[in-house]
Amino acid sequence: MSNIGSYDERRNDFDWGQAREELAYDDAPTKNIAYFLAERNCERGLGDKVALIWENAAGDATVRFTFEQLRLYGNAYARFLRDLGIEPGERVCIFMDKIPDLYFSFVGILKAGAIAQPLFSAFREDSLFTRLENAETTAILTMKKLAGRVRRIRDKLPALKHVVVVDAGDAEAREGETHFDVYAGEPVEEFDIYPADEETPSVLHYTSGTTGAPKGALHVHGSLIAQYITAKWVLDIRDDDVYWCTADPGWVTGTSYGIIGPWALGATQLVLELGFMPERWYAAIEKYRVTVWYSAPTAIRLLMKEGADIVKRHDLSSLRHLVSVGEPLNPEAVIWSEEVYGLPFHDSFWQTETGCIVISNYPGMKIKPGSMGKPFPAMEAAVLDAKTFEPVKAGTVGLIALRPGWPAMFRQYWRNPEVYKSKFVNGWYICGDRATVDDDGYYWFVGRDDDVINTGGHLVGPFEIESALLEHPAVAESAAVGKPDPVNLEVVKAFIALKPGYEADDKTRLDIINFVRRKLSPIAMPQEIEFMASMPKTRSGKIMRRLLKARETGEEIGDTSTLEDD
Amino acid sequence: MADELKDKIREYVVDEYVEEGEEIEVKDDTPLISGGLVDSFSMVSLKLFLETEYKIKIPDEKATAETFDTVNAIAALVREYADA
Repeated sequence: MSNIGSYDERRNDFDWGQAREELAYDDAPTKNIAYFLAERNCERGLGDKVALIWENAAGDATVRFTFEQLRLYGNAYARFLRDLGIEPGERVCIFMDKIPDLYFSFVGILKAGAIAQPLFSAFREDSLFTRLENAETTAILTMKKLAGRVRRIRDKLPALKHVVVVDAGDAEAREGETHFDVYAGEPVEEFDIYPADEETPSVLHYTSGTTGAPKGALHVHGSLIAQYITAKWVLDIRDDDVYWCTADPGWVTGTSYGIIGPWALGATQLVLELGFMPERWYAAIEKYRVTVWYSAPTAIRLLMKEGADIVKRHDLSSLRHLVSVGEPLNPEAVIWSEEVYGLPFHDSFWQTETGCIVISNYPGMKIKPGSMGKPFPAMEAAVLDAKTFEPVKAGTVGLIALRPGWPAMFRQYWRNPEVYKSKFVNGWYICGDRATVDDDGYYWFVGRDDDVINTGGHLVGPFEIESALLEHPAVAESAAVGKPDPVNLEVVKAFIALKPGYEADDKTRLDIINFVRRKLSPIAMPQEIEFMASMPKTRSGKIMRRLLKARETGEEIGDTSTLEDD
Repeated sequence: MADELKDKIREYVVDEYVEEGEEIEVKDDTPLISGGLVDSFSMVSLKLFLETEYKIKIPDEKATAETFDTVNAIAALVREYADA
């Protein structure tokens, strides 16, 4: 029997109060998430249980950390930050690869009452700058190999008081920087955890939109209630599981379900420093006896391409439950996983803003391959007409909307109240995705309702890419769109009109591609560039990005005068 | 000739992926993708570099994390398509 038991019964009888009760939430000494991840597990007698199994990138070293070590190393980070003068509510950025310090510092930042701002370690200077500047981040915790990117932008970030390198060992710190070694020194047995309440800000995750710079979705400590129960019921995590979430905590999946949810349950989780590598991934499942696997459609489709033979070379019999997130999971992938692993991947849907899974396929519930599943118990979802914002009939395409009020819902876009307000209409939160709902209540993803590009499960804003492109000396005009891709759902495609004197050849193409990668990140880097003599424009002179996108998707665009306002 | 090819690939990888001040030695068998130096999204630019530099065409299905994982593997791939 799964944790959720019957979805239909939970749909009728669940309210958030039950999750609070399971967590003994109302009697807890603090609502600080860090307490529930570390202290509470030790108090429950799980101090000696392994919290984290970590394998290095080379695959030749594995380290196991218990919940007691998580508590102590979290304390060490919290003490360090407090001694540094970090005040509650200040933003502390974690800019690291998936090393154990990332996880300990996350706990430490929350213990100190600061707001954790994890950023993907593949971000380069411009992407990093935009997010640190907007958040007025006061401290950044990083690694030797990444510190150079911070140094190159530090002069432009007056709020950034502290640059902390966590893996420098005994080496002398550069002027204006600090070194911290969590493993050195005496264990910090006691730390006075910041007395957060449910509405105290906890985590700030940046997400991309069609226009303007990325927006910081601010979450609060009370999110734990929803992250706990969704991890229990959707991911079906149990006491004896070895759980593996392949997401990087630079993105919301990596914190909600790569840190908070599973550790609130007292589960053992696996972290591989390494990114996607089929052989190493299968070897890890076999070696660490992974039971619950939470991954992304892009990875699953790449594993499909690798075929079934590689699977046969490994003993994957430990696997019990598979879940997917980040982009719609195509039916072929669900069917393939059932054939090859003997288990279907269960698709789940949610966003940076929602903080937790909101629509999903549940263990025990019939899967309709290709469907997103049904709303989480106690959540109200609907598909709304794009003009009237009223629910549409079954089978009609509309906007996915959720009735606000669940604990993990974001509380604001950082310093951007207008955009935050625009996400709510008629008492609904509008997700920005289009879908249909069928007669049985299953949701079916159709596409984004904006120009945001979903590549390999990462959302990338076209504005950010176009701005970077325009800084290249050869680029006169540019437009970035999502081009459909069989593996990544979409890849970034850039349309470019060159300035006179530049050749539209592969050399220029490569130069522009690498230019964007160095400025933003590999995920924002165009995977394809098409040179154009001139760009299609509206009468007011605006580039018609949607027309270019329609060309890629084969969508009928009709009367282009309707694009005047794009 | 073989060494020139590897040197050229190494030079590109170091220029594009090794950060200023970073002490990473890229040897012929240094794992680039599985070692975390080059990300899988960047394979597109690496492939385009090889195709432009050596006037070859590498099929998309050949551009995998394994075939691009070391200077040795990349050089072997270039040779395979240069000879084709």
